[in-house]
Amino acid sequence: MAELNAIELEGVVKEYVSHGEVVQAVKGVTLDIAEGEFFSLLGPSGCGKTTTMRMIAGFEEPSRGVVKLHGQDVTNVPPNKRDVNMVFQSYALFPHMNVWDNVAFGLKQRRTPQEEIKRRVGEILEIVDLTGREKRRPREMSGGQQQRVALARALVNRPSALLLDEPLGALDLKLRQAMQIELKRIQREVGITFVYVTHDQSEALTMSDRIAVMKDGLVEQLAGPREIYERPASSFVAGFIGTSNLLSGVANGGVLEVGGGRVLVPEREGDVTLTVRPEKITISAEKPDGEVSVVPGTVTEVVYLGTYTSYAVSLAGGTEVTVFQQNAHDARNIAERGDAVWLSWQAQHSYALGS
Amino acid sequence: MKRLTPYLLALPGWMWLAIFLVVPMAAMASVSLQTGNAIDGFAMTFSVSNYTDALSRYSTQLVRSLAYGGAATLAMLLIGYPVAYWIAFKGGHRKSMYLFLLLLPFFVSFVLRTISWGFLLADDGILFGTLKGWGLLPADFHVLATAFAVIAGLTYNWLPFMILPIYVALERVDPRVVEAAQDLYASRTAAFRRVVLPLSLPGVFAGVLMTFVPATADPVNAQVLGGTSNTMIGNIIQTTYLTNLQYPTASALSFTLMAVLLVGIFVYARVLGTENVLEAAAR
Repeated sequence: MAELNAIELEGVVKEYVSHGEVVQAVKGVTLDIAEGEFFSLLGPSGCGKTTTMRMIAGFEEPSRGVVKLHGQDVTNVPPNKRDVNMVFQSYALFPHMNVWDNVAFGLKQRRTPQEEIKRRVGEILEIVDLTGREKRRPREMSGGQQQRVALARALVNRPSALLLDEPLGALDLKLRQAMQIELKRIQREVGITFVYVTHDQSEALTMSDRIAVMKDGLVEQLAGPREIYERPASSFVAGFIGTSNLLSGVANGGVLEVGGGRVLVPEREGDVTLTVRPEKITISAEKPDGEVSVVPGTVTEVVYLGTYTSYAVSLAGGTEVTVFQQNAHDARNIAERGDAVWLSWQAQHSYALGS
Repeated sequence: MKRLTPYLLALPGWMWLAIFLVVPMAAMASVSLQTGNAIDGFAMTFSVSNYTDALSRYSTQLVRSLAYGGAATLAMLLIGYPVAYWIAFKGGHRKSMYLFLLLLPFFVSFVLRTISWGFLLADDGILFGTLKGWGLLPADFHVLATAFAVIAGLTYNWLPFMILPIYVALERVDPRVVEAAQDLYASRTAAFRRVVLPLSLPGVFAGVLMTFVPATADPVNAQVLGGTSNTMIGNIIQTTYLTNLQYPTASALSFTLMAVLLVGIFVYARVLGTENVLEAAAR
């Protein structure tokens, strides 16, 4: 028997009527999420990622298309009859119940035997490190603790998939980073499919097995984090994930002329747009030798950032290029503002968009 | 000086309470223990019999008032909760308009509104008179001068005071908390029972207090809609004071009513568990 996907979306569309006009929040999303996968829906606000998740949870009914859980069509099944649970952005804990009752809510609704509720709630509270705080009310807890209650409340039901809607959005940076690691650990421990909605690209890159980058209600690219970072499918993806330099022009004989330099573009002819990641570029005072892309420019800005320094380099013709240089050896900057420099990078680090 | 500022700011409030609540209450307490008559004057005799006499003479009306007040409060709760729920969750951008409509009757005097109900419900008025004319109702059908008319009048007059606090409580319920309940396998009914209802209890608590007390003490509805056989304690106090000029008896009755209501509220708060209610409300 072939392994069934945890979640399948087939041509899912969501339309709203707003002020007499039909607005498409989701314009046709098709994707499969495998069992046990950590899957992220990544995109700016208004890209349809939350609507997509709410259709998986059952809070929104698709205007067209099919939602399947484990191969079962659940398109018109209400949320209380779906075997997925959600962690809400604002946690949406029950304010009138203590931690224990919050976590036990789902099991009680499913008429689980008292003994089993006791055991499973105890277990999950241990996993999220909240043992001993069973009697606390949500508002007596910190944001990070509330977050873990919300997680436990969903996970205790052992859903076939856990949906997380920007669950770390309300936490400060340090706590967020700690929770990212925590979430990954919990996911490995319980082995449940996670669907994670976020607008934070670094969060998606760190945690996900695969990422769907969304824009304007459509999936721009669906791939693993490395693939998305190294081989963005569009200038939108390249710009949204990390920092990216875009160079465009007409390629001729494997070479693209940019700002008085030569960029190597093997296997491409004609109009082309390249992306080059800032950390792949080397800055030098002398023109480097060898089979590399070489472009001259002038340093316009130097920003020291601790582990690396960010240089803004202006090319002839006005294109700005950002370069990151690790501060591995020298305490001094490689170049200063106003210096004429050479930028160089390996041919494989120019990635042509749309290839 | 800095430390005194909050107290100074509260001073007008305290003075208001002292002048308009504490002083009159003390005066009334004193009158309630005096004997005498309006012509020769009253003298303090510490006559506790004022209370026992009043209570034994008017216990029927007192019990009736509590029963009518209770029945009206229950009716207001049953009518008001769904209205508050509907405005809070389905009102959309017209919420303020619905609330305004709810308060619109207050632009007309309370007594006038009650009297118009008297006209509406009259045995041969525009409603029943017409229906009787068409032969849809028996000729001896009447609503006026029944317990039903009084309770209906009380319900009508205080309904907004039940709806508003419940609305405020429901309005504060995060819709995502309701979604969370549904996500955790609760049906719509179960989500209401386990989440929405408990979270709205502070509003219900306030609504019941704000309606039960005035409805029980009200003299107007019984007088206008109740005829002679539905006299409530408010009517007795009114006539004893204004017509019979028996100030001590009227004062004793007022204090008795107040004591009964306070005890009632206290028991109610204990039964419903104010602690829990207020804690849920505090969020």
